[in-house]
Amino acid sequence: MSNKSYYSSITKKIIMSLMGLFLLTFLVVHLTVNSFLLVSKDLFNEGAHFMGTNAFIQVFQWVLFAGFAIHIFYGIVLQIQNWMSRPKGYKKRAAMEQSPFSKYMIYTGLVIFIFLIMHLNNFFFVKMGWVGHMPMTPSGEEDMGALVMALFHNGYYVFIYVVLILLMGFHLDHALQSAFQTLGLNHPTYWGFIKGLSRAYAIVVALGFAIIPLFIYFFK
Amino acid sequence: MDLKLKVWRQASPADQGKFVDYQVHDISPDTSFLEMFDILNDELVEKGEDPVAFDHDCREGICGMCSMFINGHPHGPEKATTTCQLHMRKFKDGDTIVVEPWRAKPFPVIKDLIVDRSAFDLIIQEGGYVSATTGGVPDANAIPINKENADLAMDAAACIGCGACVAACKNASAMLFVSAKVSQFALLPQGKVEAKERVKKMVAKMDELGFGNCTNTYACEAECPKEISITNIARMNRQFIGAKLS
Repeated sequence: MSNKSYYSSITKKIIMSLMGLFLLTFLVVHLTVNSFLLVSKDLFNEGAHFMGTNAFIQVFQWVLFAGFAIHIFYGIVLQIQNWMSRPKGYKKRAAMEQSPFSKYMIYTGLVIFIFLIMHLNNFFFVKMGWVGHMPMTPSGEEDMGALVMALFHNGYYVFIYVVLILLMGFHLDHALQSAFQTLGLNHPTYWGFIKGLSRAYAIVVALGFAIIPLFIYFFK
Repeated sequence: MDLKLKVWRQASPADQGKFVDYQVHDISPDTSFLEMFDILNDELVEKGEDPVAFDHDCREGICGMCSMFINGHPHGPEKATTTCQLHMRKFKDGDTIVVEPWRAKPFPVIKDLIVDRSAFDLIIQEGGYVSATTGGVPDANAIPINKENADLAMDAAACIGCGACVAACKNASAMLFVSAKVSQFALLPQGKVEAKERVKKMVAKMDELGFGNCTNTYACEAECPKEISITNIARMNRQFIGAKLS
């Protein structure tokens, strides 16, 4: 075999899985900061202020954007190849997948992408001063908490937010264990634990993100 | 048993193909699925029609030739069973059964239910062999092999190369087949000599032939008549990473 650089299916999948695992860690950080809202708006603002000013986070956010871009790019490339590998489908095909949401990753991925655009438009672009208007606290600091609270008191917004987050949960259900399998980290002794961890992660993260707007809408 | 069959008929690779309905009557529940097709074909021949072409050889579940996609499952709905070992008692009187060929770009239909599975042979040619010294026949027990690896290699070698994994996979990926063939050698000392080259070459050939990318749906493992485990795919991924990094 020649030594020319060649991106095999496995190489592309490994890149996908590493980026995916990176995005999973980001979601945990994001959820942690969001959960401050359940305590108080001021605590959330402190968290947002830290994330918005810390030099490491400022540099790392571009790494994060790159992570999203690479994950999305390879996700689409692999999916197109997969569609091409079966030009004619079956008349009758049973549900045979053992990881129930694995079949819909491209669609739940698309949902997350739409959510991401919506999310950037609502928060990140406002913070950057590209759209809308950032509210200020009496002491003259950015009031990210007020921006979030205003949106979380809009019933339509909360409904769409919660639905999209639950669809993201379906994506996450397959995510962690699939990444482990792709990286070759499947051992019969630990596989049950990894699958359980993957599902627990999806449930905790999806419910965590969904509870915050619901709590604010109904109780704050 | 009386059954209604919807069978894919395609005269040649270039033909469009279509589903044709057939009725079979008085089928014994102890008839095998292929015998039921033999009965249907006898009737078709008597009527002067072209019999349904399908692959078969040993009819003992070990050769990997039979390949029908039956009611939405490769080799039919019965777990860990090849089409030839599937019996009509698994169906109900009056059932409608849909029978299709394997569907995948690297497995083109030759005629009716027969597909060309030479793509698997091409993958094997890339690395499905071991180095052997010339000379006298070595003693079978000269190389110690631990029991666990011997068992795992044997489990991987149980793959009959029927292509059900490709047929089942929503991406038409051949990862389960290739990983079984990589594993059966990689686990044994004799196979270690070419281990790195083997995994790289076989994966490259698999990609080149147009099989899809594995998305870890694990449909292959659920449908494999020989119950080949997806741990083989993980092993191949490990081997591949190791081979690429060294």
